[in-house]
Amino acid sequence: MTDTILRMSGITKTFPGVKALQDVNLDVRRGEIHSICGENGAGKSTLMKVLSGVYPHGTYEGDIEFEGEPCKFSGIRDSEHRGIVIIHQELALASNLSIAENIFLGNEQAKRGWIDWNRTNAAADELLRRVGLSERAVTPVIELGVGKQQLVEIAKALSKQVKLLILDEPTAALNDEDSAHLLDLLRGLRDEGITCVIISHKLNEVMGISDRVTILRDGKTIWTANTPELTEEKIISGMVGRDMEHRYPDHTPKIGAEALRIEDWTVFSPSQPDRPLVNRVNMTLRRGEIVGLAGLMGAGRTELAMSVFGRSYGVNISGRLVKDGQEIQARTVREAIDHGMAYATEDRKRYGLNLIEDIKRNISAAALDKLAKAGWVDGNEEFRVADGFRASMNIKAPSVEAVVGKLSGGNQQKVVLSKWILTDPDILILDEPTRGIDVGAKYEIYTIINRLADEGKAILVISSELPELLGICDRIYTLSAGRITGEVPRAEATQESLMTLMTKEAQEVAP
Amino acid sequence: MTAAPTSTGVQAGKGPAAPHGDTAPRRVNFDIKQSGIYIALALVVVLFTALTGGDLLGPQNLSNIIVQFSYILVLAIGMVLIIIAGHIDLSVGSVVAATGAFAAVMMVDWDLPWPVAVIATLVFGAMIGAWQGYWVAYFNIPAFIVTLAGMLLFRAVTMWILGNEGKGPFPDEIRTLGNGFIPGFLGNIGLGEALGGADLFSIILGVAVVVGMALVQVRARAARIRYSQAVDPMWLFALKVAVPAILVMFFVVQLARFRNLPWVLVLLAVLVVGYTLVTNRAVFGRQIYAVGGNLQAATLSGVKVKSVVFWLFVNMGVLSAVAGIIFAGRLNLAGPTAGNSFELDAIAAAFIGGAAVQGGVGKVVGAITGGMIMAVINNGMSLLGAEPKEVMLVKGGVLLAAVAFDVWSKRRTAGAK
Repeated sequence: MTDTILRMSGITKTFPGVKALQDVNLDVRRGEIHSICGENGAGKSTLMKVLSGVYPHGTYEGDIEFEGEPCKFSGIRDSEHRGIVIIHQELALASNLSIAENIFLGNEQAKRGWIDWNRTNAAADELLRRVGLSERAVTPVIELGVGKQQLVEIAKALSKQVKLLILDEPTAALNDEDSAHLLDLLRGLRDEGITCVIISHKLNEVMGISDRVTILRDGKTIWTANTPELTEEKIISGMVGRDMEHRYPDHTPKIGAEALRIEDWTVFSPSQPDRPLVNRVNMTLRRGEIVGLAGLMGAGRTELAMSVFGRSYGVNISGRLVKDGQEIQARTVREAIDHGMAYATEDRKRYGLNLIEDIKRNISAAALDKLAKAGWVDGNEEFRVADGFRASMNIKAPSVEAVVGKLSGGNQQKVVLSKWILTDPDILILDEPTRGIDVGAKYEIYTIINRLADEGKAILVISSELPELLGICDRIYTLSAGRITGEVPRAEATQESLMTLMTKEAQEVAP
Repeated sequence: MTAAPTSTGVQAGKGPAAPHGDTAPRRVNFDIKQSGIYIALALVVVLFTALTGGDLLGPQNLSNIIVQFSYILVLAIGMVLIIIAGHIDLSVGSVVAATGAFAAVMMVDWDLPWPVAVIATLVFGAMIGAWQGYWVAYFNIPAFIVTLAGMLLFRAVTMWILGNEGKGPFPDEIRTLGNGFIPGFLGNIGLGEALGGADLFSIILGVAVVVGMALVQVRARAARIRYSQAVDPMWLFALKVAVPAILVMFFVVQLARFRNLPWVLVLLAVLVVGYTLVTNRAVFGRQIYAVGGNLQAATLSGVKVKSVVFWLFVNMGVLSAVAGIIFAGRLNLAGPTAGNSFELDAIAAAFIGGAAVQGGVGKVVGAITGGMIMAVINNGMSLLGAEPKEVMLVKGGVLLAAVAFDVWSKRRTAGAK
């Protein structure tokens, strides 16, 4: 059975300033389950978007051959027409419509523009039977749990005569039972001749279900192998091993007293209030120490950070925060700031900056009280302070009255850091502080982080780049499926040992 | 973006970077988006002055424009703040009617002293604003819906209070506020054959205002230089001081030649100065822009977003009550249909004045300028004997053109990035 259904060869995709994919090759055989593994940012999702036509032909280099014919998709409709269907991690169902309406959305069972509801619902019932979902076709999707919604997505794919089904992290949001059911279903579909490509972080599932595995790292294919020849350790060593491409400033930490202790911290998902995103987490941050938090996509890193920072994310939050030995309440962002906490977001454009305002007003945004007397801002003092940051942080802009939206990513990040430094925090949580910025600016950010630690602040760095954590942190926690799975001093940590811990929780889940 | 001085290699931000004490004059950039609104007003004025053979700028007519449009301008101040925060208020016309009716009951039926009645009316307006602010800020209902409901609710309240008829007359003080002029204290002076006489007190007041404006700007410039901030070159600065000064003086002289400064103009001037200060310099004002510019970023910066929105609606309620009192005083009657479609004029004034549809952008002075454009079009066209349908047509076209220009220029800058 060596009939190749899909061959992608020499795929290169460039975004401004970043090569997301470099000469990637992927062969998928008809009727197999093929897993793709890689760290965050390795290029898995980009590759699937190239395949499904989200990035149309012409925006990438390389060739796609499906069932022996070259493909030049100009949109997702083209690829679906050929029988390639992608199911994203964030399910794309219209929650107020019924199961049947969702299955045939955009593909309505109609005669001369009028929908034939009998045919629609009968066909939907038939598809639901195939995926083993015992719900009526007229049930609104909003009444279904995530596991069942996932099955509706698969039924929708089947309705399109799918030949190649791509699933991006299909079990990330599912409980054990639903995961097991889904994996059984995929095996059943394979026996019917449907080929599956699965992107997954759960290595035990990868080992359990797939026939072959392809590893991506830094936008390149590392290898493809048959599953029986593999072990989880082998997959991990393929996933990690990113080059230590950046230099990291030397830093000898002066570690002081405990600044923040997080105890028994649990956070539930706002959309699924019964699913914990952060599960009984205990962490300690000390003054002068840079602590790393490693975890794969969906592990709960940002959810943990934001919930600690004034409960700005999640519901039914429980646990204790102890700062400098005393329990504190930080129920709002304002209270968190007043207790000396700061959180620099991973998505600075959406959550960190007011892009239509200038540099000085962004820098002062979280500390206006410090620059104001009786509610009136001292504009000249504001300018002086902002201009001071411009010099000390080396923000490259003609003046602090330049609009932030026009700065480069690195300079925007320096504005975000300036804003939080101005609040004079004791605890700084930096979520992906070097995402999307160039190498030179990264080095500057690392230097700033070291300087802040030397001033006696406790720093928590969340990063998807393991070399970065190994390069700048004194101690690293690993998070997997909402639980802390390890705490490693820098000297003892390697990329392999961290990745093993980051996928640990997943391994405990029975397939 | 202008090329910033590129640092060679990696400069790890240690110590102060290249000294930046140069007070190089700011490069004279003609920002069409900011000045466009003033140019538009100038064009409209020139156009109608020409068409009416100078009648538009005549002493009596100028006075009429102010008095007739003052309540819209008061509303526009509150409206632009709400629009900056990313919301809208459709109910202000009905609130004007309700507060006017409330004031009438207290002053006409109950014979309460007018200061008591005015304060009570402002409190009533604040309560209406609090009602709407609660639903918008704390219940998360879109302001469009809440205030659409408010438009009906408070019109109903008005009719409840008044029945189907108007209520008046108002005390003299209220009528004077809506319709009256500052008395001449120092007598008239001659301005020569062509111009006739003018009230001396008004002119002295005008000179005082102009000198005050100039002083504030000179002091601000001096402070900016002291803090090594970029400033306009001297000639441009002088122009920016002189042009408004000349315009204000012209305005004041014309009004002085008629019947002196209208009281509503004084009130309006106080409100404009006060709210401009709040938007530029108060913490609260900054938070309005932060909320409208990026709601999530504002929330994560510790801004109490809900409270800001709530108080904006309270403020709108109070300003609606001010407008309600002025309007009732001017007509000497609180009527059940008072304030009809005022909200549309106020919203149009804010958008013509450069407020952005997505929020985060807008100025009090801009909204006033936008309101003046509408007022001049209204007045100029009626001087020319145009019918209401034609006035509406032009106003609708101007509003659409102004917002289209805003969206277009934004798309252009986004594309240029």
